[in-house]
Amino acid sequence: MSAMDAVQPRDAAQPAASPIPSTPAAKPRLGTKFVLGILLPVALALGWEIAVATGFAQGRLMPPPSRLFKTLYDLAITGELWRHIGATLARVLAGFALGTIAGTIVGAIAGASRLAKDIVDPTLQGLRSVPSIAWVPLFILWLGIFEESKIALIAVGCFFPVYLGVFGAISSVDRKTVEVGRMFRLSQFQLVRRILLPAILPAYVLALRQGLGLGWMFVVAAEFMGASEGLGYLLVDGQQLGKPDQILAAILTFAILGKITDGLLAAASAPFLTWQDAFAPKN
Amino acid sequence: MLNIQSVDKIYPNGVRALDRVRLDITQGEIVAVVGGSGCGKSTLLRLIAGLDPATRGSVALDGDTILSPHPCVGMIFQEPRLLPWLTVAGNVAFGVSHLPRGKRDAIVGEVLLRVGLSDYADRWPRELSGGQAQRVAIARSLAPRPKVLLLDEPFSALDAFTRASLHEHLLELWRALQPTLVLVTHDVEEAAYLADRVVVMRPQPGRISSVFELGLKRPRDRYSAELEAAKRRILHALDQSLRTRSAGDELVPAAAI
Ligand SMILES: Nc1ncnc2c1ncn2[C@@H]1O[C@H](COP(=O)(O)OP(=O)(O)OP(=O)(O)O)[C@@H](O)[C@H]1O
Ligand SMILES: [Mg+2]
Repeated sequence: MSAMDAVQPRDAAQPAASPIPSTPAAKPRLGTKFVLGILLPVALALGWEIAVATGFAQGRLMPPPSRLFKTLYDLAITGELWRHIGATLARVLAGFALGTIAGTIVGAIAGASRLAKDIVDPTLQGLRSVPSIAWVPLFILWLGIFEESKIALIAVGCFFPVYLGVFGAISSVDRKTVEVGRMFRLSQFQLVRRILLPAILPAYVLALRQGLGLGWMFVVAAEFMGASEGLGYLLVDGQQLGKPDQILAAILTFAILGKITDGLLAAASAPFLTWQDAFAPKN
Repeated sequence: MLNIQSVDKIYPNGVRALDRVRLDITQGEIVAVVGGSGCGKSTLLRLIAGLDPATRGSVALDGDTILSPHPCVGMIFQEPRLLPWLTVAGNVAFGVSHLPRGKRDAIVGEVLLRVGLSDYADRWPRELSGGQAQRVAIARSLAPRPKVLLLDEPFSALDAFTRASLHEHLLELWRALQPTLVLVTHDVEEAAYLADRVVVMRPQPGRISSVFELGLKRPRDRYSAELEAAKRRILHALDQSLRTRSAGDELVPAAAI
């Protein structure tokens, strides 16, 4: 009986069946999910706030949220926060740009030529397993303690995921798709532009996002090696002067900036990827 | 006129996929190529398409030796092979992108109309059914007006009903544009219904076992006695091609193909 009831309306609305039930169903679930997701941090923050306010705990090493936001607010008001954000963002973007360009070029060459791959890939795989921090002393010796060595370190971090992404994507382009291009007698250049590039784009975007994520990780390492401004400097400074609220403020800013830049990258690439037929949860 | 002049194909791994294959196909003819699995049918089409080189011998279209894909030869693969990042219209226009926009749009509209997909121009390939995708692939290969269209089991993944309707589409196109069609198929009825001439191949090494004219007029009736007779004839020839293998080879009944 109830099974019949469930089947009946679906059959009746067949042509429009898929879009109609999914949209109203997905909306509340998304909202619920968001609420569920922030429930824990909000509860913890509130609990801590209350615990500190009522004197149950002391917030010296772990400041309550109100002090954290006050610190952020003060930093923002004096303009200091923006100076630090600007410095860090500039380093990340410069390093990301350099690493991406190099990774794309080397990855494309290794993907296109078997010989180049056999020459380049083993070395790069070896270098990839070097921990990032290990480069720091060398870069300081080579490039000094100012911007160059920092940007170089971030670029190294971004290079590898981009290189691997491009190289892997090119070597996994389907021969069958390439044959379609050959049947229509595309030149080598057209083959790259009209078949290879679009075919690797989804993997490339993922690689870029991964590279950017690593860029944010490496900028901290870079700024630990002596910086006079930047979010990493705020961290070091907070530790040396015993200001845990400043450390947390910097961490929070990192989280927000990382999320925003990743979101921008994803949003910028989305229009080029609407054709994708991959598994994608709604939103 | 398509001339296949004593072609051998030996793959780098030593497989003799084609052995002295000789075949002349006149302009506008429909030739069906049938034969057991692995007897070199796809290899033959790929040589005609210019996708792979022959080891010996050559293929020529109107006297031009085919060394790489020829502008007058189109190919429809077993899978649609649509480019997922282009819309239906974009896919169909893929082979005529050098034309000015207006002309290109006119051609795309025309071939989409022919395969009955005018309303689907703006869809993504992922939004098509298997039969629709294969029709787009047909439209794409027709857009540059090929003189020769090679089809490698183009309908084998489809149900009998869709297949029959695509046969009608194909015949309609053929009537309008008169391309030469070389159709590889495992379906004896498909061969009997569409072809002027049937080429039966046999394996190890792949070669032509027999060639015969069906001599049926069009339009044909799928259920007529003549067509039944043609089917039996093709089956018989297939059976023969498998029986005359050297002694000791296991016999595979043609029905198993
Ligand atoms: N790229 C290749 N390298 C080596 N051998 C190949 C290659 N492609 C096909 N062969 C071999 O050549 C022979 C003919 O293959 P082909 O694909 O032309 O057969 P077919 O008649 O199309 O078979 P099917 O009906 O199963 O599609 C087979 O024995 C196959 O194993
Ligand atoms: Mg085949």
